[in-house]
Amino acid sequence: MATETESHGDEAAHGGADAAHGGAEAVGMPQLDFATFPNQIFWLVVTLVVIYLILSRVALPRIAAVLAERQGAITNDIAAAEDLKLKAEEAEAAYNQALADARAEAQKIIAEAKAEMQAELDAATAKADAEIAAKAAESEKAIAEIRAGAMQSVEEVAKATAAEIVAAMGGKSDAKAIDAAIAAQLKG
Amino acid sequence: MGTDDVATAEDEGGLVFHPMDQFIVKPLFGGDTVNWYTPTNVTLWMFFTVVAITLLLVAGTRGRAIVPSRVQSVAELAYGFVYKMVEDVSGKDGVKYFPYIMTLFMFIVFANMLGLIPMSFTTTSHIAVTAVMAMAVFLTVTILGFVLHGVGFLKLFWISSAPLPLRPILAVIEVISYFVRPVSHSIRLAGNMMAGHAVIKVFAAFAAVALISPLSILAITAIYALETLVSFIQAYVFAILTCVYLKDALHPHH
Repeated sequence: MATETESHGDEAAHGGADAAHGGAEAVGMPQLDFATFPNQIFWLVVTLVVIYLILSRVALPRIAAVLAERQGAITNDIAAAEDLKLKAEEAEAAYNQALADARAEAQKIIAEAKAEMQAELDAATAKADAEIAAKAAESEKAIAEIRAGAMQSVEEVAKATAAEIVAAMGGKSDAKAIDAAIAAQLKG
Repeated sequence: MGTDDVATAEDEGGLVFHPMDQFIVKPLFGGDTVNWYTPTNVTLWMFFTVVAITLLLVAGTRGRAIVPSRVQSVAELAYGFVYKMVEDVSGKDGVKYFPYIMTLFMFIVFANMLGLIPMSFTTTSHIAVTAVMAMAVFLTVTILGFVLHGVGFLKLFWISSAPLPLRPILAVIEVISYFVRPVSHSIRLAGNMMAGHAVIKVFAAFAAVALISPLSILAITAIYALETLVSFIQAYVFAILTCVYLKDALHPHH
């Protein structure tokens, strides 16, 4: 039995199910093969130290720096965006202000133009009125003159007619009496 | 005897494949003796772990880009994940131990994941490896607790919120649980890794039997997916427990 186990060598030794291989327990569970422990522990320590050095010297500071840089960039971008937004609002306000100013200016210009036109119109009207008044006065004066001339003509015609009528009647025409009589008639 | 072997082989297929063979520590360059300095498959796969971590965390972040590449964002994700874990669990003053916990986490997660490659060797499936890490954590945390708080660290075991008569009993329980920590801490990881890989191998052995090989291959696929999850979760559990122990050392008062 024992010789058979040996002759089978490794192959049989791994058959953990067979009760005959009680001595192969360590191989059946390689984790409990204490002969390999120093080896594993040595290489584990080496590995962990190497990983620790790589991480703490290179990898972690680099990643931390990248993350911080990204955070900074994001913060900056947000601040810049706020700034731009503020500027845009200012620009809008300025635009609105300019618009309002322009409107007011336009209103002012319109009002001035209206006032100017009104003044010109008033002046023209006044001048026209004055001219009309002058012309009317002139006309009235002419009419008065004409009327006065007509009255005088009537008086002369009346005197002449009266003198002729008196002469025709055979009376002696008294110039003074005729004048007085005509003046009295005309007044009446 | 010989016929028995054949019969067993046909019954279980367990003699054709040996689920535990994958865990044997072998010298890389021939020979039988495994001295403490001998380069073995442990050395090789730990070396691969270092290479993988370097590729991800150093080569991957080479660009230092504000808008990260894919690899860089994975590296940043790993960094943020562990950093937040340390900060949340251990508190603000635990952050200065972040590189140590990051080292443990990255080593375990990569060793676990690399162990899932067919024909590979899983260093974290060995109790020798996990026990050393667990003991390192245990000793560090204990020493740190005494250095920071002196005898006051013992208040960790004296639960002042419990009724006075109960306190001595609780103290005994607390002390026992404290010393069991490194044991559970290490066996949990090694056990999970070993069991999962062994189960895959067992199903692989069944795959040789034509009748049930489709089922077996399906099972391998399912277990493999589960193992991928377990690989990550165990690394996470190991790291977060380390953070919890660290918190106890930093703030022993309940």
